[in-house]
Amino acid sequence: MIVLVGILVVVAGFATRRNPLLVVGAAGVATGLLGGLSPMKVLDAFGTGFASSRSVTLFAVTLPVIGLLERHGLQEQARTLMNRLAKVSAGRVLALYLVIRQLGAALGLTALGGPAQAVRPMIAPMAEAAAERRHGPLTEKARERLRSFAASADTVGLFFGEDCFLAVGSILLITGFVNATYHTALEPVQLALWAIPTAVCATLVHGTRLLRLDSSLASLTSRTGDLPAAAEGRTGRVTEGSK
Amino acid sequence: MIKVEWLYWLVGAVFLAMAAQMAADRGNPRRYGNAAFWGLLGASFGYGTWVADKSAPAAPLGAAVLAMICLAGFGLTGRGTPTTAAPERRAASAARLRSKLFIPALTLPLVALACGTLLKDVHLGGGPLLQSGSETLLGLGIGSIVALVVALLLTRERNPAVALTAGRGLLEAMGWALLLPQLLAVLGSIFQSAGVGTQVGKIVTHVLPDGSRYTAVAVYCLGMALFTLIMGNAFAAFPVMTAAIGWPVLVAQLHGSAPVVLAVGMLSGFCGTLATPMAANFNLVPAALLELKDQYGPIKAQLPTAAIMLVCNVAIMSLFAF
Repeated sequence: MIVLVGILVVVAGFATRRNPLLVVGAAGVATGLLGGLSPMKVLDAFGTGFASSRSVTLFAVTLPVIGLLERHGLQEQARTLMNRLAKVSAGRVLALYLVIRQLGAALGLTALGGPAQAVRPMIAPMAEAAAERRHGPLTEKARERLRSFAASADTVGLFFGEDCFLAVGSILLITGFVNATYHTALEPVQLALWAIPTAVCATLVHGTRLLRLDSSLASLTSRTGDLPAAAEGRTGRVTEGSK
Repeated sequence: MIKVEWLYWLVGAVFLAMAAQMAADRGNPRRYGNAAFWGLLGASFGYGTWVADKSAPAAPLGAAVLAMICLAGFGLTGRGTPTTAAPERRAASAARLRSKLFIPALTLPLVALACGTLLKDVHLGGGPLLQSGSETLLGLGIGSIVALVVALLLTRERNPAVALTAGRGLLEAMGWALLLPQLLAVLGSIFQSAGVGTQVGKIVTHVLPDGSRYTAVAVYCLGMALFTLIMGNAFAAFPVMTAAIGWPVLVAQLHGSAPVVLAVGMLSGFCGTLATPMAANFNLVPAALLELKDQYGPIKAQLPTAAIMLVCNVAIMSLFAF
């Protein structure tokens, strides 16, 4: 019973907004010691756990190339491109990205998107440019909402796409854990197959919410009143977009 | 054969090189804390090779992990001077290179895909060219290197250190949150070996009405989501909840189909991940990267979807598992 203290440490630590790294470290040490491990064995457990989970942090290898491209104007170019695609709304940009992200992840291409690789340099600026074309300059509230939804399209697409792929961490974790603990012979392909119904639901649910974002952005921008700058140059476009 | 450990060494070397840059960054009041944190991480990636094949003691690596936790946890790290170019220079560069800028960004996944599919079955000197089981990870590494070369040629940047500096800027923007998911996986393995799953199972069998199929499904799915909400990682919650309810009750006792129960169980955990600040890399890091005032913005956007998807998962498991 006393090993459950580790869970309490996580709950309490998070509820009081301690630094998450400290919370996780303290919970691990507490669980190990209360589970009867010697301090040396606790260090061992941290060490072996870290060594076998290094793949989780591997995405850092992509940072130099993304950083270099951003330095040379990747975000600016994405905005320029999007400004040319006249008729696509912000909600449609994000819904399209959701589907692309899901399909990519289902093919094992989790590196195709991601907040650092795609959302910040490409998707968020594209959606913002589309929204500004339609609704005029965005209020801070509208911009925050749009960027939040851009991040959500990436995360939802990844989560409910990647499990349809055989060689993904979560699927390998399931087969590895169950086959070792219960002496069964589950195949990754069976699990990936049963991730598909949920994936389809996710496309429908979040896709619908993203498409409805356009009307909520319209009400956000009109409720707060257009800035004078919006009324001058963009009046024609605003009325065109808000019908 | 190209081994996945070589990739870990490369990542370790990148962290070490960035740490050296951080130590020299006089604009950062916490430069030595930063350099120590990322330097330790880089060294741990290399040392981990010998821990993984059990040829070196694991305890020093464990001590290094706890040292990193303390460095970041007690606020000894911080952001350095910004490393990106001035807005005018970026705009001028974008006007010159235009959409060619997307070529390296697309090279990365294409090379990764080629490694995961085409190169997977290529053999060289009696063994596979890429270490089997790690083709996707190796593809990510090889793709990054190829994309970097393409990007350096395209931008006519002669000094690769510029890319390192630019990457360090992104690394510092993410900060210690980058390490949290890996530490959660570590915590999950410690929980499992200490017998947390068995204890939760005892409590659950005490509370659960006997033989009620749909209650058990709902408890497993909600439990996965709730536990993930607390832990921030479905991977860590899965062994615990499955040892407690998923396997003994749903599969062994009620004869549910194991693939449906386990796959949908994990996806129920993902609903929890969508809604928790503990999943920093998915929810807080994007907020920081997108420079949001409200760091919980992405979670607020995801919350309704997570709730609906949890209901969908309970329904899917109830329909197809029995």
